[in-house]
Amino acid sequence: MSSELRELYQEVILDHSRKPRNFRELDAASAQADGHNPLCGDRLTVFLRLQDGVVKEASFKGAGCSISTASASMMTEAVRGKTKAETEALFERFHALITAPPDKAHENQAPELGKLTVFSGVCEFPVRVKCASLAWHTLKAALNEEGTVSTE
Amino acid sequence: MTTALTAPRPFEVEKIRGDFPVLRQTAHGKPLVYLDSANTAQKPQVVIDAERNVYETYYSNVHRGVYQLSVQAERAYEATRGKLQRFLNAKETREIVFVRGTTEAINLVAYTYGRKNVGPGDEILISAMEHHSNIVPWQILCEEKGAALKVAPIDDAGEIVLEEMEKLLSPRTRLLAVGHVSNALGTVNPVAEIVRMAHARGVPVLVDGAQAVPHLPVDVQALDCDFYAFSGHKMFGPSGIGGLYGKAALLEAMPPFHGGGDMILSVSFEKTLYNKIPYKFEAGTPNIAGTIALGATVDYLTALGMERLAAHEEELLRYATERLTALPGLRLIGTARHKAGVLSFVLDGIHPHDIGTILDYEGIAIRTGHHCAQPVMDRFSVPATARASLALYNTREDVDALVRGIGKVQEMFR
Repeated sequence: MSSELRELYQEVILDHSRKPRNFRELDAASAQADGHNPLCGDRLTVFLRLQDGVVKEASFKGAGCSISTASASMMTEAVRGKTKAETEALFERFHALITAPPDKAHENQAPELGKLTVFSGVCEFPVRVKCASLAWHTLKAALNEEGTVSTE
Repeated sequence: MTTALTAPRPFEVEKIRGDFPVLRQTAHGKPLVYLDSANTAQKPQVVIDAERNVYETYYSNVHRGVYQLSVQAERAYEATRGKLQRFLNAKETREIVFVRGTTEAINLVAYTYGRKNVGPGDEILISAMEHHSNIVPWQILCEEKGAALKVAPIDDAGEIVLEEMEKLLSPRTRLLAVGHVSNALGTVNPVAEIVRMAHARGVPVLVDGAQAVPHLPVDVQALDCDFYAFSGHKMFGPSGIGGLYGKAALLEAMPPFHGGGDMILSVSFEKTLYNKIPYKFEAGTPNIAGTIALGATVDYLTALGMERLAAHEEELLRYATERLTALPGLRLIGTARHKAGVLSFVLDGIHPHDIGTILDYEGIAIRTGHHCAQPVMDRFSVPATARASLALYNTREDVDALVRGIGKVQEMFR
């Protein structure tokens, strides 16, 4: 298998896509938003329980490709305990990681990304960027009470 | 180019592949296996040469010039109309209107015929397997006029339920619009039967022929349809050029589409006289070289023989269907009795997008997504499908490569 493909479909990503974490509705959700990627048909809903401006819990439901599912799954783990500002800053880092020019991929692996750096392979696949970022756009919409987002 | 051979000739697909330079390319270091012709088809060298030849030797405007070059360009440009008329067996050359493609052809009918003939409370009837380009123009029209869009259902195999379609033909139906071949399912619809059904109630029929023209012999007089829309780029010709066939009497009664040069006889600030058909619908300088190259495409297909081409694809579709349905975990979407070379499928637990990315690294080009037919995806309760589509240059080896590729995809996601 090619090295780019192996970078994209890392074992961690495959694992999260097979067994997504926090894959459920949150009964006590204080915010939620729907995300839709019309071109791929990916649809998901992100649920948040916020307390004093901090993400106490995050979850998601929906259907998508392995990249979007794994990204949503790992996101729900990564944002737990973060403030709104910290969450948005993390999305910016993440977005820089997946949209970096391939030769600059390593410069964008900021330490605060932690496990999320497994998505660095996405930058080799421009058409998959919207898969990896759908959950994050949806999360941002939930934080800002925007309801529905669409990535095209 | 050789023509008019008498004995049935074998369909020499390897020789035909040699006509298409792009098929000699590689993708990710593997020989290209192009299985996305329903999206857009590759071009034979004669078409590429024809387009280049226009620009290199006689390019100039049409319908305007008095000089030699312009006369030559116009002759070649208008020759394409004649070629298309014969290719589709239209009664008259003036029944062929040049447009950018199928989408524009359908919009032309919606904005001219539709605006003139559809009013509040009227209905447009389509089927549940239409491409967005045969849905949205009618929605826009219905919204503007206070009319209703009716949708004939399809069954689990992906065939139109004709009895239901017939029931939906009402005294308020002003037009029935239906695809000849479904881009998402491959179904070949019984268009002649649908036309008879609609005509019995005085309802004209528009056929979206984008997916049929490259794969089947099409005879618009035998179908007796009122409009037939098609695209050059799907029939191995250039992109940005296509056609609308319309019965002359209908076209003549329709108001123009775009206003501008070429579509007029005379203009004053008080009154403008419109040109005769088809020019009434062809405002502005057209895609001249593309149109001429489309003529070369028709010559190429005519020389190959649409019957032989269709037989080759039918055999290949049978082989591909057999191989794919034998794969565990694979479900074909679209299993109509009469199909053209489209294989839409889903794999258990694997999203079509992932299938597409991994196959790409095997050199295999397929389309993944909703194929501009979201209602079809909803009908089959899938978010998207992977779609391999066949054309005259595809071989059993291409199908075998696809089957091997799918095996690799399944291995990765096991």
